[in-house]
Parts: sequence; C-alpha cells; structure tokens
Amino acid sequence: MTWGKRLWGIILIKLFIMFAILRIFFFPDILKRNFDSDQERSNHVLEQITNP
Amino acid sequence: MIDVFDMSLVDWSRGQFALTAMFHWIFVPLTLGLSFIVAFMHTIYVRSGDEAWKRITKFWMKLFGINFAIGVSTGIILEFEFGTNWSNYSWFVGDIFGAPLAIEGILAFFLESTFIAVMFFGWNKVSKRFHLAASWLTAFGANLSAVWILVANAWMQKPVGTAFNPETARNEMTNFWDVIFSDVAVNKFLHTVTSSFLLASVFVIAVSAWFLLRKREVLFAKRSTIVASVFGVIAGFATIFTGDTSARIVARQQPMKFAAMEALYEGQSHAPLVAIGAMRTDTTRQPNPRENFIFKIEIPNALSYMVFLTPSGFVPGISDLVFGNEERGLLSYDEKIERGAVAIQTLKELKRARDRGDDVTYAALLEKFKDPQWLEDYYKHFGYGYYKGRELKELIPNVKMNFYSFHIMVILGIHFLILSLIVLWLSLKNRWGDRKWLLWVALLTLPLPWIASQCGWIVAELGRQPWVVYELMPTLSAVTKLKPGAVQLTFWIFLVTFTALFIAEIRIMLSQIKKGPGGK
Repeated sequence: MTWGKRLWGIILIKLFIMFAILRIFFFPDILKRNFDSDQERSNHVLEQITNP
Repeated sequence: MIDVFDMSLVDWSRGQFALTAMFHWIFVPLTLGLSFIVAFMHTIYVRSGDEAWKRITKFWMKLFGINFAIGVSTGIILEFEFGTNWSNYSWFVGDIFGAPLAIEGILAFFLESTFIAVMFFGWNKVSKRFHLAASWLTAFGANLSAVWILVANAWMQKPVGTAFNPETARNEMTNFWDVIFSDVAVNKFLHTVTSSFLLASVFVIAVSAWFLLRKREVLFAKRSTIVASVFGVIAGFATIFTGDTSARIVARQQPMKFAAMEALYEGQSHAPLVAIGAMRTDTTRQPNPRENFIFKIEIPNALSYMVFLTPSGFVPGISDLVFGNEERGLLSYDEKIERGAVAIQTLKELKRARDRGDDVTYAALLEKFKDPQWLEDYYKHFGYGYYKGRELKELIPNVKMNFYSFHIMVILGIHFLILSLIVLWLSLKNRWGDRKWLLWVALLTLPLPWIASQCGWIVAELGRQPWVVYELMPTLSAVTKLKPGAVQLTFWIFLVTFTALFIAEIRIMLSQIKKGPGGK
C-alpha cells in the first residue's frame, strides 16, 4: 500500500507537532501551572469573574 | 465594568477556537456518515458473497481510513485551548465537561480505535462475521464519540442538571440524566449525526458520478450510488425533521439566536418566514427596528407556525428582547443587567467575607445561592451583569452572519434531499447516469455539504454570542488574560498546520479516487 506509508508519515508528523510542540510550548494548562491547589485556583477564578 | 478585558484578546481567542473547530469539523462529519455507509456495503458483501461488493466496500473503507487518519486528534487541540485560552471557563464548567468527555475517552474512543484496526487489517485474517461486526462497531463507536462532546456543547447552550457552587466557583452536576437527556442535547446529537450521514451520502454520490462521467467502473459506481442514495434519502428527511425540532427548541430556549437567524427585529403574531432575502449592507447589531432587507420573499405565518404550531403565535423580535415586552412577559436587558450585577456583587461580597473571616455574613450570603427564588431572580441573569455600563448591542449576535448561515444551510439541505431522491428514483429505474448534466450537478454538489455543515455550526455558536455558557458566562469573562500576541501566534500556527493537513487530505483522497477500486 503506497498510500499507507504516506498516511503514517502524516499521522506521526501531526501528532509530533500537536503533542511535542504545541502542547508543551504553546498550550500549558494555565491554572495547573500557576497554582498549586484547587483552593488557590478557585480563589483566582472567583477574583477574575467578580472583578470584571 | 470590564475595562480590563481586552476585546482584541477575546476576539483573537474566539477566532482561534473557531478556526480549530471548523477545521476539525471538515473531517468529523465524513467519518460519522461514511462509517455507516461502509458498514452497509460490508453487510451486503457478507450476505451476498459477491466479490464486486467486496471491492466496493474496500474502496470506500480506504477513503474512510484516509479521512479518519488525517482528522483524528484534531479535536484534542480544542481541549488544549480550554486549558490555556479559556481557563476561567474551564474551571467554571469543569465538572460538567469532565464527566461526558471522560466517558467519551473510555468508552467510545476505545471502542472505535480497537475495532477500526480489525476493520482495516482484518480482511482474510478474521472470520467474515467478526470482520463485519468490527465495521459496525467502528461506526457506532465513531458516532458514540460524538454523543459526549455534543452533550457538553448542549449544556453550554442550556445549562441544566447542575448547581453553581459559590465557594469553588464551579458548576457541579446534580443530575447526570438531565444533562444528557436535555431536549437540546438529544436534538443536537440527532441533527448533527443525521446531517453528517447526509454529507457522506452526497460524497459517495458525487464521487460515483465522477466515475460515471468518465465511464469507468460503472457497476461499482452504480452500486455505490444506490446505497448512498437510500442512505441519503433517509438521512435527508431525518435532518429536516430534527432541524425543524431544533428551530423550535432554539426559539424557546435562545430567542435572541432565533430572532437573529430570521433577522426579526420586531416581534409579531402571524410572523412570516423569510424564505430568501438579501440584507442591507449597512445593517448593524442595533436593536432598533428598521428595514434591513433589500428584498425578501416571505411565507406568511410560517415562522409562528414553526415555533408554536399555530399561526397566531407571537415570535419575539430583537427589540422585544433587548427593550423588554411587558405584555409578553419579557424582561428588558437593562433589568437583566441590573439583576446580574447584583448576583456578581453578591458573589464578590461572599468571597470578601470569607477572606476576612466574617462567618456570619459569609453564611448569610451563602444561603442566597441555595434559595431557589433568589437563584431565579438574580443568579439566572448572572452573565448579564458583566454588561453594566456597556452598550446593549454587545448582547446581540451578528444578525447578518446568522441570517445568511441559517438560510444557506436550509436551502442546501433541501437541495441534498431532492438530489438524493432524484438519484434514488433514477437508480431504481436503472437510468442513473443517462443524463450527463445530472451527473455534473451531483459532482458539483460535492463541496456543498461541508458548507452547509459549517453554516449549521456558525448558527449554533455565533448565534448564542456573547455567551459561552448561556446567560451565565460571556466570552469576555471566560477568556484567560494572555497577551493577544501569543494568541495570534498560535492562530497562525494552526492556520498553517491545518491548511497543510487539509491539502494532504485532498491530495491523497484525489489520488486514491483516480486509482479507483482496483488501485493499490
């Protein structure tokens, strides 16, 4: 299957871009990264949504 | 209020999410529909033992595989964006999104990905019956995956089965069944999958028409067409039925979206339905009633009938919703903004009381969030509070975009049904392929179901603006305060990446189609 190899190539490149580049360098989970506990996260969001 | 919110940040974040979702939706509907068409073809092969049906099944399975492989995981990007660009929203809805998406991951995705391997590589390796079962389970798995994400989306359109916890700023599920069986969720799922089935049917009919035009693989093309046209006729009627139900639900649940879909500025009984119309180019998102059409062809009473199943039903217009209509029991947006601002202020005072250790005030304020009357009078309008001091037009979705998207979707949907009916009729008489111009119509229809499908999502998502969670959380409070430049950078990265994937999909698909069912 000549198309199979091409397809696997595309899948692997796509997954590499998504998980090894975009996820790590561009898409951190902001609340998990900036706060240690759920209490701190909820405080932050409460602050955000009540001080518009 | 909300001076610190940078609208360019909100707009770029929305644009980025829309871009990702729209690219994702290029691949998904074909996967949903083609999986069932392949399963039907596979069934005919197993029951008949006719090798020609095996070739047919393998060809469409190959195209299904290409689309699945290129499209799979593009939806994960949306989840990345929730955590990075929409962190307030993610926290606010966390528990509600968590359950359906976890079920999707565990049940549907594993079901789909396990059996897809058997489906592709199982020829002559497993028994015919097990292989066939794998094809069906792949189709059910793919469609089951869609259930959960659509349930989550439906909750954003109609937040039910949950309670807001003011201590954690999170919504907590109170009734799982209310969430998954809300009228919005059920109908959204049915309309989405049936329209995807219709899209896949048109795809098969169009590609088969290309073979017939070139007088290649005539038996293959005619047999493929008959399966697709039967599937298309059933899916076409189901899409129109669920679309009609959907419009009725939207009219009651999200009247502003419905008014925007029809560009109805002044509410009326015996409201006509605009069948075709062209809006003035200077139409803006203003609530004031004025003539907004250059021309329009209307069906008398049809809009009232569509919503209330009686021609005398009153359909509220944009100005009724913005300025209120006492006679019809509609609160004005000014009133909702005041009540929403009270709810926001109450939440703010609750947090302050907790921070300073004032237990008495804290307990008293907490009680308000448990009082059904207070929740109905104030918390229900929470999201409107963010618009205190802002222009009312910010609470009106883009009317022109909604009007055109809705009408393009409906007109194209009717076209697909009529095409499927004609193709089925001629196929049954063994005359499909006799008229070259009809084959050209079928071929040229190929890209249109994607346009219709995207238009449907534009209506669903743009029509409920400014809300992320309907009437509770607007986009401007859901967004993470990032630098707009960072969002712009990822927007362009996505545009390049997804465009490359799209081009790859088209090129590989075309090369396989050109090779035909006998190609390697």
